[in-house]
Amino acid sequence: MTADNYIKLDFPSRSVNEGFARAAAAAFAAQLDPTMEELGDIKTAVSEAVTNCIVHAYPDTLGKITMRLRIIGGDTLEISVKDTGRGIEDVAQAREPLFTTGGEERSGMGFTIMESFMDKLTVRSKPGRGTTVTMRRTIERRPRR
Amino acid sequence: MKVTANYSAGRLTIHLSGELDHHSAREGLGEIDQLLDEYMPRDAVLDMSGLTFMDSAGLALILKTERRMRRSGGRAAIANPARQPSRVLEASGIERKIPVIGGSRT
Ligand SMILES: Nc1ncnc2c1ncn2[C@@H]1O[C@H](COP(=O)(O)OP(=O)(O)O)[C@@H](O)[C@H]1O
Ligand SMILES: [Mg+2]
Repeated sequence: MTADNYIKLDFPSRSVNEGFARAAAAAFAAQLDPTMEELGDIKTAVSEAVTNCIVHAYPDTLGKITMRLRIIGGDTLEISVKDTGRGIEDVAQAREPLFTTGGEERSGMGFTIMESFMDKLTVRSKPGRGTTVTMRRTIERRPRR
Repeated sequence: MKVTANYSAGRLTIHLSGELDHHSAREGLGEIDQLLDEYMPRDAVLDMSGLTFMDSAGLALILKTERRMRRSGGRAAIANPARQPSRVLEASGIERKIPVIGGSRT
């Protein structure tokens, strides 16, 4: 049995931290012995969530991003990414494929990718107060070689 | 991310390597635009064989390149994506808009 474990990281919304956040999440997830594909999925989902804080939550300022990673029940990774930025008016609409308020440099596919790569995605947001995205992914136990 | 290119007989192959995310996409897009201005190819191929990571910022870069090629009467394609970029391409359904040649698919 893997004992439950957790970390918390606070960092400013600088775009250089996108790569740092997904590398940190992959390093933490390694204790669940994921496949390369599972690691890739985790990195991708973290990259989407953190980029959204940088681009949308704090469009013209630097703000704080908090990423929490937690192992639940020995086989499930929970990732939460929190900002105290602009917030989302209509979360259901924001989660629709191709919906973006960001113009040509965005694809509107961030939430769709988080949803399809993770087992569970919840988004809590208050306009003017901020957004917390929480994702879970269970890593199947594989026989040890 | 690093952007390099070769040109031959109307086709510009743009090699992307490293990690393509929002942080690297703006500079990458600028470099691609400059290459397209310089060569004005009929075909532009985004070769992703050297790309070790891509998220939805890559989708925006691909769509922008495809749109630009189509407007000038040309075509764009993606070649040789590795496993992780392939999964992002598949999840997005972008293959309905731009052909993907070779690479690691499910
Ligand atoms: N952390 C956030 N703070 C404020 N708005 C957000 C946040 N995350 C997402 N959004 C809103 O949801 C929309 C959809 O997000 P997403 O699916 O990642 O697409 P994209 O980032 O390409 O716009 C964004 O355009 C933005 O309006
Ligand atoms: Mg996004």
